[in-house]
Formats: sequence, C-alpha cells, structure tokens
Amino acid sequence: MDFSLSSEHEMVQKMVRDFARSEVAPTIRDWDRKQEMAPETLPRMAALGLLGVCIPVRYGGQGMDYIALGLVCEELEAVDSTLRVVMSVHMGLNSLGLLQWGTEAQKQLYLVPQARGERYAGFALTEPGVGSDVARMASTARRVGEEYVLNGEKMWISLATKAHHVLWFAKSDTDAADPHESITAFILETDRPGVTRGDIHGKLGVRAGSTGWIACQDVRLPAANRLGEEGEGFKIAMACLDNGRYTVAAGAAGLIRASLEASIRYAGERQAFGHTIDRFQLIQQKIALMVRDYEAARLLYLRAGWMKNRGQRNTRETSLAKWYATDASFQAASEAIQVHGAYGYSDEYDVERYLRNARGAMIYEGTSEIHQLMQAGYALGLRQDAALRRELPAFDAEAWQAEA
Amino acid sequence: MNIVVCVKQTPDTAATITVLDGKVSWGDAPLVINPWDEYAVEQALRTKEAHGGKVVALSLGPEAAREALKHALAMGCDEAILVSDPALEGKDSLVVSKVLASAIQKIGGVDMVFVGRQAVDSDTGVTGPQLARRLGWPALSLVAAVSALDPAGKSITVERMIDEGRQVVRSPLPAVLSAVKELNEPRYPSFMGIRKASKATIPVWSAAEVGLTSVPAAVLAWPEIIAPPKVETKCELIEGATPAEAAAKLADRLVAEKVL
Repeated sequence: MDFSLSSEHEMVQKMVRDFARSEVAPTIRDWDRKQEMAPETLPRMAALGLLGVCIPVRYGGQGMDYIALGLVCEELEAVDSTLRVVMSVHMGLNSLGLLQWGTEAQKQLYLVPQARGERYAGFALTEPGVGSDVARMASTARRVGEEYVLNGEKMWISLATKAHHVLWFAKSDTDAADPHESITAFILETDRPGVTRGDIHGKLGVRAGSTGWIACQDVRLPAANRLGEEGEGFKIAMACLDNGRYTVAAGAAGLIRASLEASIRYAGERQAFGHTIDRFQLIQQKIALMVRDYEAARLLYLRAGWMKNRGQRNTRETSLAKWYATDASFQAASEAIQVHGAYGYSDEYDVERYLRNARGAMIYEGTSEIHQLMQAGYALGLRQDAALRRELPAFDAEAWQAEA
Repeated sequence: MNIVVCVKQTPDTAATITVLDGKVSWGDAPLVINPWDEYAVEQALRTKEAHGGKVVALSLGPEAAREALKHALAMGCDEAILVSDPALEGKDSLVVSKVLASAIQKIGGVDMVFVGRQAVDSDTGVTGPQLARRLGWPALSLVAAVSALDPAGKSITVERMIDEGRQVVRSPLPAVLSAVKELNEPRYPSFMGIRKASKATIPVWSAAEVGLTSVPAAVLAWPEIIAPPKVETKCELIEGATPAEAAAKLADRLVAEKVL
C-alpha cells in the first residue's frame, strides 16, 4: 500500500494552489458580496487546462488521472467553493458522463470543446418540485420523428447562465411501469430556441458562483443528442453523480483544511488571559477535530479516486466520502468561527464564508440523509450495485496521453 | 539562442529558520523553487519563444533540488541538469558560482544565463554577479525589463532597477542577467509540462564531471542566526487640561524618547 502522491500529483497540487491563492483569494470576498461570479474565473480555469484535467488528450483534455481531479478540487475549494463547483458540474457531472456514455461522434462534438475549455457544461436534473425523488420529475421528452421535443423546468443548476451544453433529463415514457425506466438523458445546447434561463440570488453560500434555472418550452432536439438508450437516463444520472460527488468530497476536504489553517493562524495570534488562545485546551480540541476530519475526508476521497483509476465501481465509497466530508466541513467551518470569536462572524475573515459555502454541499448531489440511507442499505444488504452497460473507463496513462 | 537558467530549491517563504548544532534548519517546511528564479525561468522562456533556441535549467544542490528542476521543466524548459556532489554541500556563493560556471562551460555555446536576484534562503544576492565574473561575461543585475535583444548582433539592452529609477544598460552577449519581479509574471506549469517533467531524465553531474579536480573550501560560514529582538510595546496615555497642553506634553515625551 502506497499513501504517497507522485511528483506529478504534487506539481498539480502546487500549480492549482498557486493559481487559487494568487488570482482568486485576493478578490473573492468582493465577488461573494456582489453575488456574482468573477468574469475571469471560467476563462482562467479553461486557460490553465483545469476544465479538461482528467480527460484523455485525444478528446482535448490534459490526460491526468482521477486522483489529479480530486487534488484539483481540494485545492480550489480551500480558497472558494465556487471554483470547485465549476469542476463538479463541468467535469464530474457532465464531461465524465460524456466520456462514460457518449458515442464517439458525441465525444468529438461536445466533449472535445468542453475539455479544451472552449465550451462550459452543466447538469440539469433537479426540478422545482423534485430533488432526491428523481423518478418523479415532471420534464418530458416527446419523440417526433427524428427529433425529441423537450418541455420542463430545472432548478438549482450550477452554471445555468454560463453553460453552453447541459445534460438534460426528462421523461420520455410517462407510462413506464417503473418510473426509474421512464427517464432519458440528452445533450442540450443552451442556445436552442425555446431555452430560457436565469440566475438565482439570495443564496446562503456559493455566492460568487452561478446557480440558476433553465426552462425548455417546445425545444426541438435531434435524436442524435440523446445520451445512452431511451429509458437509461436514471442510471446515467446516478453514474454521473458518482463522479460529481467525488469532486464534492475532495472539495469539502479542502474546506476543512482551510478552516484548520485559518484556525491555527488566528489562535496563534489572538491573546486572552495572558496567552495566545492556542494554549487553551478547548481551542486545541477544535483544532484536533479538524485535523482528524481533514485526514479522514482526504483518505476517503483518495480511495474513491484510486478505485476510479482502477475502473472499479465506487458508488458506495464515493457516497461515503461525500457524506463524511461535507458534514465534517460544515462542522469544521463552524468551529473555525468559534475559534475566531466575533471576528469569525464577520466577512473580515474567510471562515464565515466557509460556513455558508459548506452548508449547500450537505444538500446538493445527494443530501446527507440520502447518503446515510445508501450506507445503511449497503451494510444491511438491502442495496447492491448492478453492473452498468458502460462503466467509467479505468485510467490508462498511455491511452489517456496518446495524441490520437 | 542557447539559454541557461539557474534555479535553486529553497524552503517556502513562510518557513521559519533555526540553527541546530551549528546547522541551519528550516524544519519540515515544504521545499519549492526559489520564487525569484521563477521570474528568471519565465524570461528565459519568453526569450526562447521570441527568438528560438532552447532553455536548459541548471541547479546545484542535493537530490531534492531535482524538484526545482522539474518545476522549471513543467513551466516549459527543454532540458534540466542537476549538479550534485557531497563535496559541495554547504558551500558558499563563491564556490557555487565556480561550479555553475564550470557547468555552463561544459554545456557550451551559451548566449545568455538567467538567475533570480537572490535566493530566499541565504539572501546573499551575489551568486549572479559572481557567476558573471567567473565566466568573464557582463553582469546585468536587477533586470526589470529587456528593451531590445539582437541575437545576430549579439547585444542586449535592459533596464535595471536602481534606487534612483531605472538605468538603461546596453551589453554584448553572452551575459548573465538577474531577474527582479518587475520583469514579468511567471506562468504556471502546464499539465502537459507537468507530465513531461515527471517523465524527464535529469542527468546528474558531479564536481569532477563539470571539470573541477578539487572543490575549494567555503570562505563563509553561518555559525549563528540571530532572531530579531522581540519588540515590547507598552501604552502610555498623555493627558492635559487642554488639547494644546496634551500636545506639548506629547512632544516633550517624544523628544525625551528620541523619537523626534
């Protein structure tokens, strides 16, 4: 067993850390206050290759492995969650979905520009009336000749107003006996007639990110834009979530680390009762808990990444990593505020933003409750993962880095 | 243009330095490429991109210095060479400049050498000028801009940072240039560069292999690092019946304390 990162991974870590610290950290508070995404965020992430980090070179990507994706997410969220959210939807939920399920033609048409960062991508599953209970979605896709006609509305969609392509899920068979088999996945270009979208403001956290809604009214989509088979949409959505949740878990580990580092820094400076407060045991207890949770969260996500590299199904391990890391990140940010006292309650320090940002991750990409049900289901033998028609390809350095 | 850029592996700038048993220690601080050297690498790469040729990154140090070279490769350098020899451990800049000069002569046909203005660990800032002297080339230190470069005519014009402003200096090539942060904005390593760097074979040259039959003894030693004295602060309230009286008392106190 080898717990060390390769020198390649360490260089990726440093590069992303330097980028986030020097280009994002100095202004993130202002963008968070404005509730707007900094206009340079996506172009810079694209220019650095982050938007194609673990996609094979022949599909426009950088040819790194799934561990590198996790490390990128950890470093980005250690500065701000909004950056990691970009990776979650563009890479985890969409691009890796295309890599797993797309036809060669779809990969050339959609994955290549996404991996190059020329097009941004999103994932449209959640609806105003449907979150965890995906099978009850109201969006429809009616087949008319060689086209589908899409109707419906999606809500809480990251990059809703920025994405050029989204994976869109809709019911193509409203009479299916099993509602899980009624859903079909589509690659939707957001500039098609009938697509409208907008941003949502007033969120508790990820305020410097773009979250919004997308509506389709009689949107005509060629049948070639269908991803996978008809009725396979639920399985595709869940497979995409295995990758999205991985990025959320890795990012949450970064948020715990950021809370820990901020707490150590502040506790070493702040004086009370004649000592710096890091000499007090109750402060030390908070630091110790953050250390424990950071290391556990990191090991959990790295295990999931390692399994992805090997091509092993990792739904259980990814769910566990996501549940543990996000719950722990909220706790860490809350304790970091406590360490900072009243200063932590204002946005003069970063920790209050960490807390607001951490909260959403306990809801999106599977609520903490859903993950607990999943874990109990696996442990009790009530749940097992059936093989998929197409699995996420195992990382193969030679194939990933080949030019064509 | 055949360009050499000298890089050093140093502790992160946030590291705390201590001396244990006469040996300098940075504890377990992460090691990084000397931040000033990143400006040197960037300028070397820009020069190559504008005028063609190749950039060789050169470092003198222990095995760990390989990581600084990998960073330079990941930024885009074509090759990297590590000069490493137990006999060179702990040597001062005078010895370092001799070894680097010998390595540059061994590389051969070099038109320009870039270095960072100083290394963040020892902060001497003299390796560049000493290297130039060893090579017998002009030393263009503290370069903030390259205004003109004529590879065919073998000449360069640069702006040097000086207290009075900027000094324009014209020099023949080859020359040694030391970079300051006003020179450019270093690029991040690219993923492709990172992949290339991680697979690169970095040759290691010993002192003998760069042509040094004996290593001169270091002249300088660091027997001790003295931490800056702790600043004690105390608060004293100056009172007076009127603001003018308080101000006069304050002025007297400041004069008494030799602040004014």
